[in-house]
Amino acid sequence: MTDEKREIVIPSQLLGNTKDKFAGDGTFVENGKIYSSLLGVLNMRQNFINVVPLKGRYQPSEKDFVIGIVEEPMASSWLVNINAAYPALLHVNEVPWDVEFGETEKYLNNGDCIMAKVLQVDQEKKLQITLKDRNLYKIKGGILIDIEPSKVPRIIGKKGSMISLLKQYTKCRIFVGQNGRVWIDGDETGVKKVIDTIKKIEKEALSYGLTSKIEEMLKKDAKDVQ
Amino acid sequence: MKSDIKLFENGKRLDGRKPEELRNIKIETGVLHRAEGSCYLEWGGNKVIVAVYGPREAVPRHTQNPLRAIVNARYNMAAFSVDDRKRPGPDRRSREISKVISEALERVIFLENFPRASIDVNIEVLEAEAGTRCAGLTAAGVALVDAGIPMKDIPVACAAGKIEDQVILDLGKEEDNFGSADLPIAISPRTGEILLMQMDGHLTMDEFDKALDMAIKGCHTVSEIQKKAILEKYEKNNGGN
Repeated sequence: MTDEKREIVIPSQLLGNTKDKFAGDGTFVENGKIYSSLLGVLNMRQNFINVVPLKGRYQPSEKDFVIGIVEEPMASSWLVNINAAYPALLHVNEVPWDVEFGETEKYLNNGDCIMAKVLQVDQEKKLQITLKDRNLYKIKGGILIDIEPSKVPRIIGKKGSMISLLKQYTKCRIFVGQNGRVWIDGDETGVKKVIDTIKKIEKEALSYGLTSKIEEMLKKDAKDVQ
Repeated sequence: MKSDIKLFENGKRLDGRKPEELRNIKIETGVLHRAEGSCYLEWGGNKVIVAVYGPREAVPRHTQNPLRAIVNARYNMAAFSVDDRKRPGPDRRSREISKVISEALERVIFLENFPRASIDVNIEVLEAEAGTRCAGLTAAGVALVDAGIPMKDIPVACAAGKIEDQVILDLGKEEDNFGSADLPIAISPRTGEILLMQMDGHLTMDEFDKALDMAIKGCHTVSEIQKKAILEKYEKNNGGN
């Protein structure tokens, strides 16, 4: 754990040479030189130069778990907003229910929230999602909050350390979608605490030793309550 | 057009600037909550606000390109932005500026990353005082970075021109109205590639070369201000411990 700041880079900033480094995510190569293509944080891992974005749309990739909001029921499918650049298609074959043709509205309607898995992303960036996996269902109750998709790994923590911490101290049910939507369910004070903590994590996402800091904070809160 | 006032006297311009001096520039990013990216820019008496929405699916559908994204820049002058009330709504001038700005921005964004999508850039001129297209494009560049859109470079624009046989940088209002030439350009500062160039009035070949050099130099100065504004905002907000 060091106290040094993480370096913030902006598009077109020179990051290195292709001779001694590999260009990773968020970068591009021109004339043997590596430049950043995003506003983000510089991350050197092994021989790769990566730029982790600070902001930006969720870039769907297959097998991601996401939280979607149904936008439009159609005859044999639904269009679902998953916070990506494009709406995702949920076909009736990909839901656990037996849906009659033209009766999609009976199961999922405009505004309903679902936990889903990204099934397929094709070359044209056409998205398909599915509900056929473990723990995927239509959301009833609880509340939904939006965070920056690039901050999701921080909310989850290393091997889920942060999220299990939150669950342990607040006794809430929490589901973090890769697309930057978080679903929380539990008693009022617990939910409030989770939201406050998540906002804090999002704000301080770039600092080191955040998990232990948050743990301390939650512990202190728990004592105050007692 | 001739006027009675001297635009250039004793090495100084009407507002007291030297020939190669820019007006004051102030840039602020992330000013709008609902937009993905935004920027507020003051350039002398110009006040411009830019909002970026997207990438999102392009509508109407026939405008979509299955291979890459499209850029929709919309330049609009507020009715109260000029001395005489401007009739609101798009006119020939603003449609032209929207088009050239869209094309300039298309050159710096990685459009292949977002097939079928559109990136909407709304440029609103709140107060105008010559050089609004340069101010708008400069602000649009910052707003696009703020929106987290992958880009090859941050575009920047600046104008040069001629008053009373003197080539000058960044024309002010009177200089634009009564001067003899105006040459706004936009460049990609990393490569020096020219993204936009328009000219109003007449310049000799020598004067043109001089004006172009001057404008490019001006662009680089503005580019530094842009970068500083972006870094300032994010280093403050995400300053680590």
